This record gives sequence, structure tokens and C-alpha cells, in this order.
Amino acid sequence: MTEPLVARHSLEYPGGYTRSVGEVVGRYLTGLRDGRIEGARLADGRVLVPPTEYDPLTSAAVSVDDFVEVGPAGTVVTWSWVANPRAEKHALDRPFAFALIRPDGADTSMLHMVDVSTPEEMSTGMRVIPHWRSDRIGGVSDIEAWRPYKDGDPIPEVPPLPFSENMGDSVTGIVTSGRLDYEIAAGESTTRFLLGLAEGKIIGGKAVGSDDVYAASRGTDPTTGAPTSISVDVSDTGVITTFCIVNIPGLSDLAPEIPYVSAQVLLDGANNTFFGLIRGCSVDEVRMGMRVKAKWLEKLTADHGSIEWWEPTGEPDAEYADYKDYL
Amino acid sequence: MRDVAVVSFSYSTVAKEQMRNEVEMLAPVITEAIDASGIARSDIGFTCSGSFDYLQGGPFSFVMGLDAVGAWPPIRESHVEMDGAWALYEAWIALQTGEVDSALVYGFGKASQGNVHEIMSLQLDPYYVAPLWPSMVDLAALQARAYLDASGRSERDLAGVVAQAMRSARDTPQAIRSGEPSIEDLLASPYVASPLRDADIFPTTDGVAVIVLAAGDLARSVNKRPAWIRGLDHRIEPHSLGARDLTRSDSTALAAKHAGVASGPIDVAEVHAQFSHEVLILSEALGVDPSIVNPSGGPLAANGIMSAGLVRIGEVARRIMDGTANRGVAHATSGPALQQNLVCVLEGE
Repeated sequence: MTEPLVARHSLEYPGGYTRSVGEVVGRYLTGLRDGRIEGARLADGRVLVPPTEYDPLTSAAVSVDDFVEVGPAGTVVTWSWVANPRAEKHALDRPFAFALIRPDGADTSMLHMVDVSTPEEMSTGMRVIPHWRSDRIGGVSDIEAWRPYKDGDPIPEVPPLPFSENMGDSVTGIVTSGRLDYEIAAGESTTRFLLGLAEGKIIGGKAVGSDDVYAASRGTDPTTGAPTSISVDVSDTGVITTFCIVNIPGLSDLAPEIPYVSAQVLLDGANNTFFGLIRGCSVDEVRMGMRVKAKWLEKLTADHGSIEWWEPTGEPDAEYADYKDYL
Repeated sequence: MRDVAVVSFSYSTVAKEQMRNEVEMLAPVITEAIDASGIARSDIGFTCSGSFDYLQGGPFSFVMGLDAVGAWPPIRESHVEMDGAWALYEAWIALQTGEVDSALVYGFGKASQGNVHEIMSLQLDPYYVAPLWPSMVDLAALQARAYLDASGRSERDLAGVVAQAMRSARDTPQAIRSGEPSIEDLLASPYVASPLRDADIFPTTDGVAVIVLAAGDLARSVNKRPAWIRGLDHRIEPHSLGARDLTRSDSTALAAKHAGVASGPIDVAEVHAQFSHEVLILSEALGVDPSIVNPSGGPLAANGIMSAGLVRIGEVARRIMDGTANRGVAHATSGPALQQNLVCVLEGE
């Protein structure tokens, strides 16, 4: 067995993930943009920071009419030390503490960062004060970090925002970005299949005691869960079982022009269908039962892209009865 | 309540599985559990799984997992985007309806394919917390310090928890870590997220776990000593970390009350403590002595993400089925810093 393949994969939403924040969260974030920390006074008198739409204990609705200003100084309730900040994730590029901070006048605490050089400077109960960014946009990162504070000392000024024509509007949404990187192990069966593609072959598998062959098996016969331990070469010709005509541009790099056809192909010698694009004829000629053949890339790789598309063979159509069980 | 029991349990773990994909990891363990249950695969009434798409960064990973089950002719199936313990809860409800007499439950996940500590940040409040990117370890460390400050316990107590877990894990074939570390050596190792050190934090684990449930007479006919579920409850706390009391686990205590933990002696407890301080917080909430907690070593020894909670139920059930325990409690958790907790009381007869 060759070493199984590993694919690098990233999960990312280009431009960020856009969320509407609603009235209560929006009011809080608007306050942050304007350099102010607010909480919501609940029915029992407690002040909830950061405010949520509902009282976390009673579920009673929280209104923007209940907002009160808190802080700016606060007290560290608990903290942990981040010795190695993670680039592209953490706002600070130097070691810092995550802390739950209870702003003066609040009964709950908020998660934020405390900017000190060493963990020895941190302690539960210490007093801290927010330092604000000058490019505030209405988000929790409008506070750059909290720093130690001695009661009685002057409160750091909130730097004014550069003029914007949106100034004074309420914050209605946030954009969050983030990226996660993965190394996905293909496993034995998928590795076998992908290495087959690099040789211009479609490799399937079947379980002991079964005649059913699955192209691109993930390691089992999906009808029984039994391991597909026997490798079987499958033909690169087959029958279109079903298809659709795509009129949306930009969905596939392999199909630069619309309309194009996406289809399920039942390969000769296999018991499952295989996804592919159909080219080599006009879209209105494509039909269920049409015989097609893989069009391989000239330079093959261990990747699905090795099959560029499928094109008609010109052979007579398959009978419906021959593929009806695979629809 | 209908009598429902665990009749078989299998699981496997590995620190980093590079040879097999999720289906290849699952299939042999599912087959092993079904074979041991005495119930034919085709006779299983309901199938429910727990997994987490962000572990592989792609949608509908549970659909792929079904390749390992054998879902033809079509089966009754469901899924939770949670640990398999919650899949077991759903299966238990399905059995309570009387519509089915048996269920296959599994949880699976490969935590090693990405940075699992960071991936778990995606479950956080997206407005106030997630943009700051605290990892699950950072948040656990906040709870650890809050607990130490409030309880008067020390990092030495945490090291004691780790040492007990590592000693217990020596007899667990699935353990990723085990041994006989000294308290002094543990305390001498560097912090990962103060006050937590590497040994206070679960080892990254790829794992799968499978349980077969059966009701009433079916359970008695296939198993000499089924592990009966006498109580099962789960409770959740507010998502706002600062609105919770992190020094205790009220949701665990409430679930334990409703599951009837205190209505009989407890021989064995397995808790889904992914961090050392959680063993202490959970023991207090369940009202059990920490010395009987996690005889398997617990998640500090092996913590298959999305299966380790189900493993806790299995580890208690296994000891009841083999007669080494008569009544035990299992716990599973979900969310940051013990936000949501499930408690299951199991008993032999």
C-alpha cells in the first residue's frame, strides 16, 4: 500500500461573513464605535454587559430603553495567558491575557484582552481600563485592549473618529473573517481511486461476497457497510442517468460558458453514478440514457480534475430498464 | 418510562489517523459493536450519529459517515451536530416512543486534521466573543482560574487529577497518554494557557465510538447483563461566559438531579472532563468522590472529539455489563467551558 494522500484544504469566506446584528446588539456595538460601553438594566436591577436580547436567567426581553452606560474602568474576574498570539486571529501581535472583565456598574463580565508584557502583571481583581482604537467600526475590537488602571488616575481619552458621512448612524451589521486550514487524509480507498486517475484509470472497489462495484468508494459498500477490499477497474464509459442544464455563470472552472450540462454517469462495470460535466454536443441534445466517455486531461494528476468532462460516444442509447435503479 | 439498555459498546482512538478516512475508521468499529450486540444489522430500528462538520471544514460529513452503516434498503436515521452522547439521547427518545426496539448510536471525528482548539472557536457567540478568537483552551483556562480562586484549590490539585488519570489510563487500550508522572514533574512543565499545562489539556485524538441500545425483553434476550439507562437528562447554561458562574457547573447538578444520580450508590463515574479542573468541578456537581471518577483515564487520556462523551456512557456500561460495577453515572459536555451537560445513570439488574 502506498502512503495515503493528504490534501491541503482551507475554509474561508472571501470578504468575510456578514451578519445583521439586530437592535440590542446593534446599540451596544454603536456605543463601542462611539467609545462608550453600555449594559442593559434587567427587571431585577442587575446590569447585563454585554447585553443580549433576552435576560439569560428569565428570558424576559431586553430593550434598548433599558441601556445604561458602565465603566469605563473595570475589574478582572478571571484571566488566562496567551504566550503565543496567533497571527491573523488575534488583534495583538504580542503576548497578552484573555480576561473576563466586569466594568464598573455592571453585574456580569465581558471577554476581552489585557495588554501587559508578562503574566506576572496579571491578577484576579486587578483594575483595568479600555484603550480605544481610532478606526472604530462598531465591533468588539474597537477596544484595542484593556490596560492596568489605578483608581484616581486620569481616564484615557477616546480618540475621535475620522469624519465619515455615516457618522451617527446605528451599527446594523458586522463582517467577521476567519480562515481555518486543514490537512485531509484521503484514506486507503480514496487514495487508490485518486492514484488511478493519475494513470487514466477509474478504480472501484467491491466487498467480499458481493458483485456490486463502487467507483470512488470511500472504503465500504454503502448498502451494507462491508469494506470494499477488492479493487476493480471500471470503464471510463457509461450512461447518463440524469442531468441538469446549468444557466448560472461562474459555478465551475471547467465550464467557463453557460449553459452547460451537469450529469450523473453510471459507469460500465460500476453500481454507482459518477458526477461530471457533459460537453461535445449542444445542451439540447443531452438526454437520459445517452452513452458518454471520459475526456481525460493531457497531463494527468491524482485529482478529480483529471477528467475534464464527458462527451457522447455516438453509440445507441441505453434502455431505461438498464439504469432505472440508479436514479 | 420504557426500560432501555446499552447492550454493546466499541470504540477506537488514535492520536493522528493518516491511513484511513472517517468511513474507514468507523466501519470496523460499527461492525464490531453490531456483532457483539447479538442484533442483526438489518433488524436495527433506528440509527443516530454525532459529528461536527468544521472538523473537516466541509458540509454534511455525517452523510459520508453513513457509508459505514449500510443504509440500504433505506433506514430510519438522524444526526446531531454534537457529541455522540446527544445522539444517544435522541435514540433513547426514539426508543421511548415504542416505535423501535433497538438503535445504533455512534460519534466520530478526526480532530488532527486542523487546529481543533481553534476550530472550536466557531461555536462561540459570533458578535461578542468569536471575533476575538479565544481558543477552547483559553476559555477553559479562564474557568480553571476562576475555579481555583473560588475553591482555594491549587495547581497542585490539578496535577493530582492528571496523575490519577494517567495511572488509571495504563489499563485502557484506547489511551493516547498514560503513565506515572510525578506531581513535581507535572508542576515543572510550562504553561500552555496559564494556569493550564499540556498535561491538564486533553490530547488531540481522532476517534470513533459505537453503542447499541435495546429495549426491554430484546435487551434481556441478547445480553446476560444489559446496562439499563435509569436516568438521562441534559441541561444548558447561558452562552454569555460572563453571565455564568464558572466556578461550578449548575447545569450538571440539575441534570444529575433529574437523572436521579443521588437515589442510589454510585460505583463508577466517567466524566467528559477535557481539562483537569473540570474533573473537580464535575465531581462536585455530580456529588461523587473524585477517586472513583474516570477509571478509564477519561478524556485526559483519550478524547475523540464528538465521540468522547459517548465513550463515557460506554465505559460505565461496559463495567456494568461485565459485572465489575452495579450502578454508575456518565457525563458528557458540549459548548465552551462546560456550557451544556448531559448526565446518564446506568444500572445492572
